[in-house]
Amino acid sequence: MKDEGAPQARVIPDRSFNFLANARREVERRGLDEVPVVDCDCHLYETTALPEIVRYIDNPNVRRSFERSSLGMAMHALLPGNLGDRTVSGRIKTDLDMHLPTGDRAGIHPLAAGLLHSMDQMAIDYSILFPTPMLTLGTHPQPEVEVELARAYNRWLVRDVLVASPRIRTMAYLPLSNPEASVDFIEEFAGAPGVLGFMVTAVRYQPIHENRFVKVFAALDERSLPLAFHSGPNWSDRPFEQLNRFLSAHALGFPFYAMLQLTNLVVNGLPERFPNVRFIFMEAGQAWVPFLVARLDNEYRQRSSEAPLLRRLPSAYIQEMFFTTQPFEPLDDPEHMRTMIEMMGGPSRLLYSSDYPHQDFDLPTMIWDLPFLSEEARRDILGGNAMRLFGLPAPERKRPAGAAPAAAPPGTRTE
Amino acid sequence: MSVEYRVGPLAEIPEGGGVLAVAGEVEVGVFRVNGELRAYENRCCHQGGPVCTGEIVGRYEAVLNPDRTVAGERFADDQVRIACPWHGWEYDLATGACVADPRFRLRRFEVVVREGQVYVRV
Repeated sequence: MKDEGAPQARVIPDRSFNFLANARREVERRGLDEVPVVDCDCHLYETTALPEIVRYIDNPNVRRSFERSSLGMAMHALLPGNLGDRTVSGRIKTDLDMHLPTGDRAGIHPLAAGLLHSMDQMAIDYSILFPTPMLTLGTHPQPEVEVELARAYNRWLVRDVLVASPRIRTMAYLPLSNPEASVDFIEEFAGAPGVLGFMVTAVRYQPIHENRFVKVFAALDERSLPLAFHSGPNWSDRPFEQLNRFLSAHALGFPFYAMLQLTNLVVNGLPERFPNVRFIFMEAGQAWVPFLVARLDNEYRQRSSEAPLLRRLPSAYIQEMFFTTQPFEPLDDPEHMRTMIEMMGGPSRLLYSSDYPHQDFDLPTMIWDLPFLSEEARRDILGGNAMRLFGLPAPERKRPAGAAPAAAPPGTRTE
Repeated sequence: MSVEYRVGPLAEIPEGGGVLAVAGEVEVGVFRVNGELRAYENRCCHQGGPVCTGEIVGRYEAVLNPDRTVAGERFADDQVRIACPWHGWEYDLATGACVADPRFRLRRFEVVVREGQVYVRV
């Protein structure tokens, strides 16, 4: 064989890469550019813009403490911790994508430009954006810090980031440690451009059923606004101190706080009292929901006098809530997955989420490839359910059908 | 039908390392493991991530004492692995099998050396 006849491969000696080029290929293989996709939970690293956010803090003393701190000091001393190596000792490199080129999007906030780039790579039409380090703010021992920083974050997000594109939306942070402030937040941010509802961080220690929070639910109810509980891990919480691996703390933490909040909601009849509030549980996966359906129904049949506001079984309320899909937990037998989704109330309860750029993100292909769902159900989970829930208009197509992809060529590192 | 692409000199693929080669429409990672060459598609079995651009690490093992208490943990040098940079799925670089669930395997390509040049059939 004549070696000279072999075509030369283009070789990248250091194996460097464009982080999301593979995502573009995967969505193109499936034609997902023609499917409306709403990412109901993605994130930014808002602390990279902390000086911009701090300018919006009203309380002069809280503002001053952040102004006088380096980012490192703010992360270690002013914000509650978030323990754990998410990279598995450097094996996972997802956060490399934190700083992306603005390209022809100069003039808009660089975080928005980076997000729009990622969305295009993953065939996502709308993204509903949440913070990252501030997801721990609900455990701050000073409620005024949660209130002040959350208000500043919401203002910064609405005024400086969401203005970049109607494709980027949010559910505004609600500082539940202060119910009066939470009502003020609803008045300030409900109806602000890009705000689709409100989000409570699930990792916190305020029992949400207490009467002091009723005014918050009432303010949401009269506006028919959705309320999301965004979960998280909390390795420092007492029961989790026994776990010696991030794997364990991460696996149990997210569903634990979601279960805790959902149980308080249902057992205390909040869906009965505030029927216009749509509840969404974010980033806890799926498998915990069937567990809670079985567990709460069984308990309620034995002790219904402890939940006197209920008029139906707990499962009936749960199956009217919404759940974001990430991290999607595939099971070997598709029938088991189908049953699990049925126990959650069916495909109409599921909202696709990527969680990008976090280390366990899911592409829309995770949902598109589910073999036991009809195409209609997959389209509903990827975008239809969210568009109806949030009243989002049909997205403009990202590019004309058949046009060449805009992705950078593979094998080039994005800097 | 497969097409053979020239990757380059064998000397440029170090032991325990590799290169990324774009062979037509396919990205292929070409690695040298224990003196042998392996070529895999740059597509993780999990979500299609760029697995061949990942960190190359040894197997990590726990060491037990005779009484079954854990003495410690260490990198073992009997198996070279590659970790997908998207989500951390790890593969045995010698076989392409996912170490946590060997039912998943990277797509492997034939790789040959002639006169010091490496070729991959895609």
